Amino acid sequence: MSETLIQIFNCRKSFGSLEVLKDINFSVNKGDVVCLIGSSGSGKSTLLRCINRLEHIDSGQILVDGQDIYDQSVDLNKYRAKVGMVFQSFNLFSNLNVIDNCIIAQQKVLKRDKTEAHRIAMTYLKKVGMEDFAHAASTQISGGQKQRVAIARALCMNPDILLFDEPTSSLDPEMVQDVLDVMKDLANEGLTMIVVTHEMSFAKEVANKVVFMDKGVIAEEGNPQDIFTKPKNPRTQEFLKRIIR
Amino acid sequence: MKYLTITGNQFIDTCLSILITFWPSLLLGVKTVLLVAISGTIIGLVIGLIIGGLRAIKVEKGSILYIIKWVYDVLAKCYVEIFRGTPMMVQAVFIYYWLKPAFGWTPIVAGIFVISINTGAYMAEIIRAGIQSVDVGQTEAARSLGMTSIQTMMNIVLPQAIKNAFPAIGNEFIVNIKDSSVLNVISVTELFFQAKSIAGSLYKYEETFLVTAVVYLVLTIITSSILHIIEKRMNATKTSYPSSSTTSRMVKTQGGGK
Repeated sequence: MSETLIQIFNCRKSFGSLEVLKDINFSVNKGDVVCLIGSSGSGKSTLLRCINRLEHIDSGQILVDGQDIYDQSVDLNKYRAKVGMVFQSFNLFSNLNVIDNCIIAQQKVLKRDKTEAHRIAMTYLKKVGMEDFAHAASTQISGGQKQRVAIARALCMNPDILLFDEPTSSLDPEMVQDVLDVMKDLANEGLTMIVVTHEMSFAKEVANKVVFMDKGVIAEEGNPQDIFTKPKNPRTQEFLKRIIR
Repeated sequence: MKYLTITGNQFIDTCLSILITFWPSLLLGVKTVLLVAISGTIIGLVIGLIIGGLRAIKVEKGSILYIIKWVYDVLAKCYVEIFRGTPMMVQAVFIYYWLKPAFGWTPIVAGIFVISINTGAYMAEIIRAGIQSVDVGQTEAARSLGMTSIQTMMNIVLPQAIKNAFPAIGNEFIVNIKDSSVLNVISVTELFFQAKSIAGSLYKYEETFLVTAVVYLVLTIITSSILHIIEKRMNATKTSYPSSSTTSRMVKTQGGGK
């Protein structure tokens, strides 16, 4: 459980004159479920996107499996196939139906043949409880269903890590639990996950590490008990006071 | 030509006589119009997909590809500006005579060439706008799964872009049906060219061109209805799962049917 999967050293990132990430250092072990919390604009999502290289860090180093992911020799597409990403706005391919959403990258990136890709897609759709909707148009299902399909789509690539960028923030309240249940299952199976979230109960229950970010720095990190019951940093205390009523 | 007396109104009778007597040459004109407009739109669309599609691809700064892309962008912009910024009639005359010694082409081939590259300039912008209308999240999702930018473009972005741009693409086709008339300057025997000869031989300009206008109108109305049907089909939901956005439509079609 203690094998280090991701190490981030002195990571900086600016958008124009706005410094979003200021000297970020942290690491994730294999099997960890890390929750990134903090108010909007604190840099949580940007950090997540840097790990997937959807954004470029300005300086610093991100090692995944001991490999510098910003190194010239890294095959970006191969790397990304191993690091799944689930977005706040689902981003299902709207020109494809549910099953094809799960199949296309398997065929194009992993070069699996159609029947195998189909079989794997059905396995994961079953896992997230969406197998009955395999042939539904991806634009015609509800938000919670879309997000579960998006998770299945990411799982089809057999990723080493799954990154969640506020996966439940744009869902109706009653849909949130379905998605969180799926994520909980994955966590229990030992999948490494980094979750940007505002669901404090999820963080409390599932995470084994909570990272509180504030204005581009990691203000506090630790296990959920410590962070939620006896936060040391006054900014963490203030944030938690406002969010937990 | 013998003038008929059908309605008793001399003007209308002349129109009808022209239509009845000269329908073979009018039909020939219509065929040429359709040939030029259809092939021009299709070839133009292909040009637009290539030029507009490549323009939408983003290249990371600092590589040699970035410089190539920059040069390409400038050239593509020049192409679009030149062909959108000058009249097609001028383009037709210039290109036809300029390249005639080299290609030795007939007016019709030159006509299709001109209308194709002219349409291509418009299509490039239509496709580029279509691509920009596709949510950036679609690209991010595809890239995060490890798909290359070309795979993402071909499998995810372009299909959606074409669907979004379909009304504009169809509009180009209708414009081409009408604008093929300017090709009469290089003696392409399309509808306007035929009408001009008929009017000249009869010395009946008002009547001949009223008939011609009606023929053009029939062509464009039929075309736009067909395009409208295709557009509706494309937007039809491909699912039987009811949701809040489908039920109203399903209720309507089921309730009103049979």
